[in-house]
Amino acid sequence: MLAFVRARLAHLLPVLFVVTCFSFLLTSFLPGDIALVMAGPNATPQSVAALREQLQLDQPLPVRYVDWLGRAVRGDLGRSPRSQQKVTDAIRERLPVSLELLVLAELIGLLVAVPVGVLSAHRAGGPLDQAASGAAFGILAIPGFVVAIVLIYVFAVQLNLVPATGYTPLLDDPLANLRSFFLPALTVGLGEAAAYTRLLRSDMIATLQEDYIAMARAKGLPTWHILLRHALKPSSFTLLTVLGINIGRLMGGALIVETIFALPGIGRLLVESIYARDLIVVQGVVAFVAVAFVLVNFGVDLLYGVLDPRIRHGRAVA
Amino acid sequence: MAAQSPDIGAAAILAGPPVVVERRLPAWRRLGWSFWTAVSWLALVTVAALLGPLLPFADPNVQDLASQGAGPGAGHVLGTDSLGRDMLSRLVAGARISLTVGYASTLLGMLAGTLLGLLAGYVRGRLEAVVVATLDAVLAFPALVLVLAVTTFIGHDIRIIVAIIGFLGIPAFGRVSRAVTLALAQREFVLAARAMGAGDLRILALEILPNVVAPVLTFALLGVAVAMIAEGALAFLGLSVPPPAASWGAMVAEGRSTLDTAPQVSLVPATVFFLTIFALNLSADRLRRVAEVRESRL
Repeated sequence: MLAFVRARLAHLLPVLFVVTCFSFLLTSFLPGDIALVMAGPNATPQSVAALREQLQLDQPLPVRYVDWLGRAVRGDLGRSPRSQQKVTDAIRERLPVSLELLVLAELIGLLVAVPVGVLSAHRAGGPLDQAASGAAFGILAIPGFVVAIVLIYVFAVQLNLVPATGYTPLLDDPLANLRSFFLPALTVGLGEAAAYTRLLRSDMIATLQEDYIAMARAKGLPTWHILLRHALKPSSFTLLTVLGINIGRLMGGALIVETIFALPGIGRLLVESIYARDLIVVQGVVAFVAVAFVLVNFGVDLLYGVLDPRIRHGRAVA
Repeated sequence: MAAQSPDIGAAAILAGPPVVVERRLPAWRRLGWSFWTAVSWLALVTVAALLGPLLPFADPNVQDLASQGAGPGAGHVLGTDSLGRDMLSRLVAGARISLTVGYASTLLGMLAGTLLGLLAGYVRGRLEAVVVATLDAVLAFPALVLVLAVTTFIGHDIRIIVAIIGFLGIPAFGRVSRAVTLALAQREFVLAARAMGAGDLRILALEILPNVVAPVLTFALLGVAVAMIAEGALAFLGLSVPPPAASWGAMVAEGRSTLDTAPQVSLVPATVFFLTIFALNLSADRLRRVAEVRESRL
């Protein structure tokens, strides 16, 4: 197991390096004078010069990168010249909102996908399978922002069940908080449910062809026992991979969904900073999002090793 | 695409007995009516986009102040948006932008990605390691963020949007073509060509490339869908081509404020967008299934 972890770590470090490099360069490769762009149209020459000093633009690029990286690993991503807020504080403030959206959306996705996927595979080609496959195929063809608009139209405009936008903090009023998360979580969760159902169904169909399943059937074990105890775990690897990727992605907030529903999460922070040309915040948040994505996937890789001893010993390729 | 590989097994199992019957049918019959309906829709949208300015529709940017947010009716077949602009004209104008971005950026990503994938899968060794690691790093980067940042700071020109979405498509095409190349390079006909004295370049161009084209083109249909969704998301945030130019994503966003009084302003472009993405996904899926049956017969 230790050797397995070491091998994964050796793969992780170069990717982390490239990703942080990329986040840093993102703002350095933009054409024009960054200080001028950031200072905005009403800047005085003095404020531009001060900003240039603060950003250390007179230093060569590699020096600035090493300096930035050094401070970043110590938890200092700089300070927004616009709001004077520390980038790490801004992230800490916004992260719970994105995490709540992530948890609720993935819960919706899994709660729909696991039963539907298992039952579809059990009676592959049957009416439930056909209906579920068709629905999943259709949902996957709807862009997220279109799903959001349709859900707002149905649940907020027509049925008037929940507010269309807005956010109530969890501790202020848990019920209102859940109501404000209902539509955004459903928007993200629907897409996840469709993708997961397809993945689980096809992996499960393959598993159900295995000899040990025939063996379990021959022993006369009840169907639900075979499906849930014998077939589900070995069928869930692809699902787990994609779940990991999605969690990693949603750590950075859902840009579009948070914007549409006015949720103050990481995605909204990023969009606001981009609109405001606040490069320090953009750079810091992008680095955070990319690193979080890589680390979550690293965690999923390790989880495989725990779940399937064959991977740990390098005999199976995921 | 993690979703692709397990599907192959499932499709083969599901396809069981009926496929035997299907195999005798000519290829165009085997694709089924759903495929041809999807292709017809795509053709209709593409032709409308190509002929756009020549069609006898109202100017997409002229405001008919007498009818704002009107439903379908005489004068405006699909109604008007909240500024009184003809919806059908704007849908056609929007198709020009959405499809240009979809097709052009996919072409860009496909050419660059396939070239990299071919080389990585055929040459192997250190080159492959570098290519794969770089592609992985690009994939690990939040794509929409990159698109947002670049368009905000460089500009909302359609060429820039095409370039950046195309760039982000390179890793996916690289992976697909590398996987196909890896499998092909082991096949007998490649060995035979090498035994007959063919050089690497000749093998790549004449033996491997023709076999990589079909799966890559199938994948490209999905790529067009993804690129169009990316442009739509960008337009929805107001960061695609600047107004008053129409883009499907922007049209959906514009109708958001009048969802309670004139929902069709948002829902009509949303439906057209959905149908187009659905048609792209469906035709890719059908092509893949038919190709698999043929592959399994080899």
